[in-house]
Amino acid sequence: MTTPILTLTIDGRPVSGLATETVLQVAGENGIAIPTLCFLDGLSATGACRLCMVEIEGSAKLHPACVTPIQEGMVVTTQSERLRSYRRAIVQLLFAERNHVCAVCVSNGHCELQDLARELGIDHIDFPGRYPALAVDASHSRFVLDHNRCVLCTRCVRVCAEIEGAHTWDVKNRGIRSQIVADLDTPWGTSTTCTGCGKCVHVCPTGALSEKGRSVAEMQKKRPALPYLVANRAEERR
Amino acid sequence: MNRLRLATLWLDGCSGCHMSLLDTDERLLDLAAQVDIVYSPLVDAKDFPEQVDVVCIEGAVATDADEARLRLARRRSRLLIAMGDCAVTGNVPAMRNIMGAEAMLRAVYLESRPLKPQIPADGLPHLNEQALPLHHFVPIDLFIPGCPPAADTLFAALGGLLAGIADLRLDTRFGA
Amino acid sequence: MHREELAARAAEHQRRLDGFAHHILVCAGLGCPDNEAIIAALRRAVAERQMENRVLVRKAGCMGLCALGPIVLIQPGEIAYQTVRPDDAAAIVASLGQEPVQRLLLPPDLPFFARQHKNVLALSGRIDPESIDDYLAAGGYGALLTVLTGMRPVDVVRSIQESGLRGRGGAGYPTGLKWATVAKATGDRKYLICNGDEGDPGAFMDRSILESTPHAVLEGMIIAAYAVGASQGYIYVRAEYPLAVKRLRLAIREAERSNLLGRAICGSGFDLTLQIRLGAGAFVCGEETALIESVEGRRGIPRPRPPYPAEKGLWGCPTLINNVETYANIPPIVRNGAAWFAALGTDRSKGTKVFALTGKIRHTGLVEVPMGISLREIIFDIGGGIPDGHALKAVQTGGPSGGCIPADFLDTPVSYESLHELGSIMGSGGMIVIDETSSMIDVVRYFMEFCMEESCGKCVPCRAGTAQIHRLLTRFQERRATAADLAMLESLCDLVKHASLCGLGQSAPNPVLSTLRYFRQEYLDRMVPAEPDGEVQP
Repeated sequence: MTTPILTLTIDGRPVSGLATETVLQVAGENGIAIPTLCFLDGLSATGACRLCMVEIEGSAKLHPACVTPIQEGMVVTTQSERLRSYRRAIVQLLFAERNHVCAVCVSNGHCELQDLARELGIDHIDFPGRYPALAVDASHSRFVLDHNRCVLCTRCVRVCAEIEGAHTWDVKNRGIRSQIVADLDTPWGTSTTCTGCGKCVHVCPTGALSEKGRSVAEMQKKRPALPYLVANRAEERR
Repeated sequence: MNRLRLATLWLDGCSGCHMSLLDTDERLLDLAAQVDIVYSPLVDAKDFPEQVDVVCIEGAVATDADEARLRLARRRSRLLIAMGDCAVTGNVPAMRNIMGAEAMLRAVYLESRPLKPQIPADGLPHLNEQALPLHHFVPIDLFIPGCPPAADTLFAALGGLLAGIADLRLDTRFGA
Repeated sequence: MHREELAARAAEHQRRLDGFAHHILVCAGLGCPDNEAIIAALRRAVAERQMENRVLVRKAGCMGLCALGPIVLIQPGEIAYQTVRPDDAAAIVASLGQEPVQRLLLPPDLPFFARQHKNVLALSGRIDPESIDDYLAAGGYGALLTVLTGMRPVDVVRSIQESGLRGRGGAGYPTGLKWATVAKATGDRKYLICNGDEGDPGAFMDRSILESTPHAVLEGMIIAAYAVGASQGYIYVRAEYPLAVKRLRLAIREAERSNLLGRAICGSGFDLTLQIRLGAGAFVCGEETALIESVEGRRGIPRPRPPYPAEKGLWGCPTLINNVETYANIPPIVRNGAAWFAALGTDRSKGTKVFALTGKIRHTGLVEVPMGISLREIIFDIGGGIPDGHALKAVQTGGPSGGCIPADFLDTPVSYESLHELGSIMGSGGMIVIDETSSMIDVVRYFMEFCMEESCGKCVPCRAGTAQIHRLLTRFQERRATAADLAMLESLCDLVKHASLCGLGQSAPNPVLSTLRYFRQEYLDRMVPAEPDGEVQP
């Protein structure tokens, strides 16, 4: 059975895509940039960060582009004053949630959160910082996990479970107390499932996961390998 | 022509932003032709003067003295610029906020085994529980993130203000 | 077991019950203290008088008037006693057939009972929840037999659609439409889930239904499974409801033994297995996609919808998910017909609704009323009004996802639409009454704390937004808030409402938004005056 090709309008431009594609994919193929954070090409989409929310004509709700399949005749707006203000608020909430001190971060200058702030014109954080006292797990011989810089996008969780197949990472606790944990909340270095592949480090959008020995602004991540890895897999993932 | 009355203020920061300001090199001469620096760590004035046009403030608010100086500057200035990450986000000074002032002082002056363990107090302003960015205390007219903001950025900002550009867009970011 | 065998068994049990001159029913819900001791004391008193052959002492489900519980009901005669203690047993037994015990007597014409319209709760407090025979003798499983012997699945779905029943779990989605969608979905396997993860503070409708008439929920589920073509079902109940779980387990076992569950149910070609899954008390697991994750053995976090569970639910299969009260509504609809149900209630909200009355109200407890009844009737007539001479200030409906309705709107008829228009929701049926001694800021901050604690943490607006809203409400509570805080509060509520992933986040700002609408002055009264030079207070 062939997949039907649908036509739709994104930001006033007529575009087309396969019925299996999402709004985010089709927008990307047509050079229309929608901000994302939890989404990463090659991993399952979770719709968690809410930055890729778009407006769809005829629907009062906003829709996360990463998990919204395209439909024939759909009219999508990816940029509006309302969307922009929500995106700015979400990025600011993330900055205020933990201790992101860009100036002394290994990922300074190579950080997706930092880039988002710049793209969205965020020059200060309206919300007061929460300043939680969070640990740095440096127990692994080659890598470091700094909870202070984690945005809970769960890319590490997904890449480890879906691509590496180890499922070392998961999330503990709920709500504002949520935290990434290795195995059943053990120091990373003592994890019995971690293969040391480093994929989690390279998909991490911020300086939360980094290689040991990197100093400020030295941690550059290698992300593009992922779609290639996925494309070369015979089996279709769930 | 009325020369602009410019002030700069140094709160809880490393003075890197002031260094960056000086780093505008020979352009300082152009600037000096248009402004009077009426108060700054770089000049002699002891008291924050009245009727300042623009004040650039570096650093977070970490003590009651910082807060008082900030409020005075706000009252006496038309435009207030939060200059650099410490003023804008709290940055490095705010890294102590996870533990609070008392625990931080103990950790540094008592628990780190110094030669003479004592928490300095005489003649020092009271340390606030947290070091916070300026906009938690007073309204801000322009935020210039960066650690420090590049000399070009600062120069562009001041130039823009002098030229009266309402919607000033600066090419900088947190940690820049 | 076939129709005739079940009928014979019901008749046999009824004969046994009819053999007793007096029935003493003791409210034996989780909320009634000492009910086991009361039952034991009553049995002792009966034995002492050697009346075992004439008097039957039985545990029964919740009778609703929790404020005056435990309640003991004597039949025949409908004599109800309040706040009974074990040492009242002798007096009660002695009075059988004589003058009732005056000091314990509940007024027989109490509006609490007289004004209710019991449908889902009709058998609650009237039968032993741990006896399938009691349920059978009361006509139980009759609706199932009607369905299995005379209705095609499509007929059942149409009947539910015609009844106008809407989901009782909160959102009020048309039940028949949901059933029709699952029935039409293609796939070898379909699943059925009963959502018993009742988590709203102040809500105990589903607990009480599960404790009082577990078989009614099972019967509704079996009918639903037949209608949509599911052969495996799960009942998701929170582990904090031990009695409900115990009675459900027993009910499932008894239903299996009686061939009302399992293979070839009642001689038909229809199979259904039901299993219990215990929730660990996470509020978010009441959200259907999070509940499904939890049943699958994963962390209970919501999935983006669509796809809806009706299309892709448990293990990727079409799944029907309804809440406890919705399933409990099914047998009466089948028994009495869709038209009977549709005649109850308002134009778009049909039938009856169970509410849990709590807070500053005289008769706290569980009531069932027809949709369209006014809040005033529920609170003042049935609920007995506000105690200690205080005045009603607001009614909070729908729990942490609902809103606070001020006293001005007491005459509003209760329906999904009217409550929504007032900025609240029907929710699962929690109704918290607030009097003038309470500050709305305190109430709202409590609910926001609940949402913050119960946020799953997956999406940013809910995880970080509720924490910031809670911080702002604390500033209002401490009278330190500024105009900037108020503006930030409003914009954050807007963000969390419109940008959150699931219903928990999307509805979390409702208590704040509704109080900003009706009690704005309380917020303004707790703000510090703006300083002349516009400085912000730290």
